[in-house]
Order: sequence, then C-alpha cells, then structure tokens
Amino acid sequence: MMIALTSRRAILGVSLGALAALSGLPASADEITFVSQGGAYQKAQTIAILDPSAKKLGITINQDSIPDAWAAIKSQVASGKPTWDVVDVPTGYCLRGGEQGLVEKLDFAKLPNGAAMPEAYRSPYSVAYEFYSSVLAYSQKTFPGAAPSSWADFWDVKKFPGRRALRNHPFATLEAALMADGVAPDKLYPLDVDRAFRKLEQIKPDITVWWTSGAQSAQLLNDGEVDMVMAWNGRVSALTSEGAKVGFTFNQGILQSTSLCILKGAPNLATATRFLNEAVDPVHQANLPLNIDYGPANPKAFDTGVISSERAAKLPSAPANAEKQALMSYAWWSSPAGEAAEKRWVAFMQK
Amino acid sequence: MPAPMPDISRQYQRREQLTMLALAFPALLMILLLVVLPVGWLAWQSIWHDGFTLENYRRILAEDIYWRSFALTFEISLTVTVLAVLLGYPIAYAASIVSRGWSIVILALVVLPFWTSVLVRAYAWLALLQRTGVINQLLRQLGLIDAPLALVHNTFGTVVATLHILLPFMVLPLYATMQKIPRDLLQAGASLGAGPVLTFWQIFLPLSLPGVLAGCTLVFVLSLGFYITPELLGGGRTVMVSMLVSRNVELYDQWGAASAVGVVLLLAVAAIFFVVSRFVPLDRVLGQR
Repeated sequence: MMIALTSRRAILGVSLGALAALSGLPASADEITFVSQGGAYQKAQTIAILDPSAKKLGITINQDSIPDAWAAIKSQVASGKPTWDVVDVPTGYCLRGGEQGLVEKLDFAKLPNGAAMPEAYRSPYSVAYEFYSSVLAYSQKTFPGAAPSSWADFWDVKKFPGRRALRNHPFATLEAALMADGVAPDKLYPLDVDRAFRKLEQIKPDITVWWTSGAQSAQLLNDGEVDMVMAWNGRVSALTSEGAKVGFTFNQGILQSTSLCILKGAPNLATATRFLNEAVDPVHQANLPLNIDYGPANPKAFDTGVISSERAAKLPSAPANAEKQALMSYAWWSSPAGEAAEKRWVAFMQK
Repeated sequence: MPAPMPDISRQYQRREQLTMLALAFPALLMILLLVVLPVGWLAWQSIWHDGFTLENYRRILAEDIYWRSFALTFEISLTVTVLAVLLGYPIAYAASIVSRGWSIVILALVVLPFWTSVLVRAYAWLALLQRTGVINQLLRQLGLIDAPLALVHNTFGTVVATLHILLPFMVLPLYATMQKIPRDLLQAGASLGAGPVLTFWQIFLPLSLPGVLAGCTLVFVLSLGFYITPELLGGGRTVMVSMLVSRNVELYDQWGAASAVGVVLLLAVAAIFFVVSRFVPLDRVLGQR
C-alpha cells in the first residue's frame, strides 16, 4: 500500500511539474483567445476570417471551442480572471451578458467596421458576426408542383396535406405562427405571445415531430418522415448538395445571428477590440460564405465582388433574400416578456 | 497457563478491520469527492442563492409542468419495469436451466448491446421504427397495414428503446438469483407429486422473487433519469423530469433551479423505497448475491 501511495504521489508530482512548465511559457503581448462553436463552422472561420485577421494585425489568435458557451462565460467572469477574450455566441447571450455585467460595453469609435453596419445588426455589447435563417423546407417528392411558400401555407393542411415538423423551441417558432396568422414580417415585435400560442395550438395535431437538433431536422426531411419542416437554411442546402429532393424558401424566413462580444475583464481588451473590428471587415466577411453556408453579417461583404451573384442567392443575409425575411429581435427575446414566453413553451408541449 | 487466545484473535480482527478500511479508503474518498460533495453542493444551491430561499421549490409546487413531467416519468418507468419483468424473466429462466454453454450464449446476447452507446442505439431504433423504417416497410410489404404505424416520436418509441437499454439490468440479477435456487427442492416437489407448473409456481417463483425485486429496483430507478432516449425518440412531447432539469439550467441561469428538480426526484424515490420497505425486506433482498 505504501508503495502504491508513493508512486501515485510521484505521478501527481510529475504532472504538476508539467503543468507548471506549460503555464510558465512566455506570453506574447499581442494575442487573444477567441472562442467559437467548433466543427466545420470554426474551420471555415479560421480560413476566411481568423488567419487573415491575425496576419493583418500581427497578432496571435488562440482558439478554443465550446458548443454552448454561456455557463463558461458566467463562471470565467465570476472567477475575476477570465482567460477568453472574444466569443462568438448566439446574439442573445451577448445581450444577456451585457445586462448581467458579464460582457464589456463596446467603444464603437474603435470599431469603424462595426459602426458602419446596420443598427439592427449591433448592440452596445455586440456586433453581428454571421447569419443563418429558420426557413420553410419541404420535400420535392411530396410537392413536385406547387410547393408551400409561406407560413400560412405551412398551416394550411387542406391545401398542402402532409406531415410536418417544427423546432421544439419558441425561438422563430412563435414568429412563424404569427406570420401564419397574418402579421407582417417587419411588424412582429413585440410578439403577441397569446396569439402565437393560439395559432400553434391549431397546427399542433399535425406536427409529427418537434425536433431538438439541427441534424434531426435534416434527417426527418431526408428520410421522408415529414414532408415539410422549419429548419436552418444551411442544413437544408447541405441536403440539396448531397442530391436530396428537398427545397426551401427564404420567404418569411426568420433571420438569426451569432455575434461577437468581449468578456468583462478580458485579459487583452485592446487587442480584442482591434480583432473584433477586423473580424467584421467586409472582405474577411465575404470569404466566410465561400467556405460554409452561412451569410456574412456585414452587408458590405456583398459589394466586395468576392461573392458571386449565384452564391449570394443562396445566402440568408444577401440583400435580396434578407428583405423577404423577418429579422429576429434578440432584444425582445431577452426582455422579461421574451423570457416569460420561453418559460411557457414546456407547458404548451405537455398539453 | 493457557495463552490469552481471545485477545490475540481480537487484536488480529481489529488489525484486519483497519487494513480493510485502509484498502477501501481510496474508493470511499473518491465517492466522497466525486459524488457526495458535488451532489451536496448542488442540493445546497437549490436552497441558497444570495441567502436562504425556497423559491426553487415553490416553483415546483406551483407550476403544473412539474407535476405533469413527474407523473409521466413515473408512468414510463413503471411501464418499462413491468415489461422488463415480463420479457426478462423467461430469458433468465431459460439461461438458468439450459447447459452452461447455452447459458453463456444467452447472457452474451443480453449483455452485447452494452458495447454500443445509448446514442447509437437510439438512432438504431429510429431507423427501425420510423415511418419509412424497417418495421413499417416490412409490415406494408406483407400487406398487414395500409398506412405506416406511428411507432416513434411518441411515448411508445421511448418505452421500447428504454426497455431495450435496461433489459440487462433485469436479466442479470434474475439469473444470479435463479442459478442459486437448489434444484433438489424442485425434485423434492416433483417426488411429492407436483407437476412442472405447480413446482414452478410454488417453489421456483417464490425463491426467485428476490431477483425480481432487485431487477425491478434497478430498472425503475435507472429509467427515472433517462434523458437522451426520450429526447431523441419522444418527438418533443415526452417531457421527462431529466429534460426539465436541463430546461431549468437554460432558463433560470442558475444551478439551484435545476438541482431542486433533482432533489425532489431523489426524495420521491426515497419515499417510494420507504413505503416498499414496509412490505418487503429490501435490504435482505438487495443484499442477497
């Protein structure tokens, strides 16, 4: 037993030594830690935005990734010594973080690229980074001729019989219900929550699946489990490029974004601000959709000539597509009314 | 003078006890550090947020969603447990009466799915049960049905997949108990004129009950906490308690709102065991190996 203990202590000693050696590495002054959601999405950013920005600014960008950063942001800031600088998260997190003092207020004088973006694309705490859309997608096998092209069509089970799926989440779903009920895409907020739930009750018996993951929404459509579904545009276009007989419309899509924000007390605040400005540079932004099916957040990206008109037609944030859609208000969703609507969702699902 | 034997043996006994305790110490320490402390800390958070608060529990009492999910969770767990007995008992019985070689084959088949992750098995069930899945296609080709059956994205699919995952937890304790039932007793019964049915009913079944109870306990408690399976196969409608835990983390932004749900579930299970233990000597049943 003594032997076992000694050797365990020895191992512990070695690993502690290794840790000390690691943390003792000299730190370059101009570096930041950038955090996104990993996978193909982060790889695309590395090629389009992160590496070029690092080169142009002469800084080192250390990357980290996490599927859902909220809890980590909270605990890092609470510890008083955050290690992350810039995070790419759903825009709502930046707003909530701003309210709770977890995120730095941005100085737009130092962010000319951000300041030039439409006001709806930024907040005092964040700048939009990329766009995706919750769109109406359908099977071309079930609807070879006239396809559903609005949420009113999605709700019309007589004109478009078939099985349907919606996301098991109030975001975008309440918006779609209101548009189905005749509310104009630019007159949605503040959402009439009661009206939206009433409209959802109407379609509920015809919803086969309430999906929880993006992969699931694509699989349902691809396998023929459902004939139409609200899904993220990138998921549907991925199916199309694999040859699946599916289509979608940007009409009445709900345009959603992730944003960049800086953690309160970030170790490299000045460099982080420089990077944030560079990350929404029109040219870097224009390179993003060449590597993945997400739309640039800076509309000027479409004027750079980098994005072909053919490619732009498939991007949710291209001006011609954006004007057909509703822009999600993250400010409303993080308001007390929005939080109350979010809490109501489970009760609706259980009924 | 006789040597003070008892003292030596007591001394020896004490030393052995100490050695055993020392040997168990690392494991106990690990349980304390990795289970007892974190769980206690989470439970503490459910009543302490900038001061003492019962808000998290008030919410559970006041809002209907919790009652509905608790009711559904217990209903599903009970269904799974009953089905697991009905399916598991014959399997364990067969394994206990066939030759050693065959019983190894049977048990291997029961345990084999353990090698696949719960997530993979959930997707496998999806491929089998969905509208365009293997089962529906087969039934259609045989002309037994006209329209596909709704086998998944509902409670049915959830129960089937949960049952599949938990069946080994029923079969293994049952087998262990059945194997130890002395066959002489059955022969004695037969020699007194009892037929196979009566022997089974009056001798084998009562003697195997401890195994049934152990299996039921395991299956029931484990299915109370299922998360991935109802999430993937429940179609969104099957909102079990575990899903409310994750929802509360997201919605209320603090651990306490979620851990309170866990604490209530834990207390509910403890209460059930307390009631059951008034009727069944659980400690003896579960201690039997």
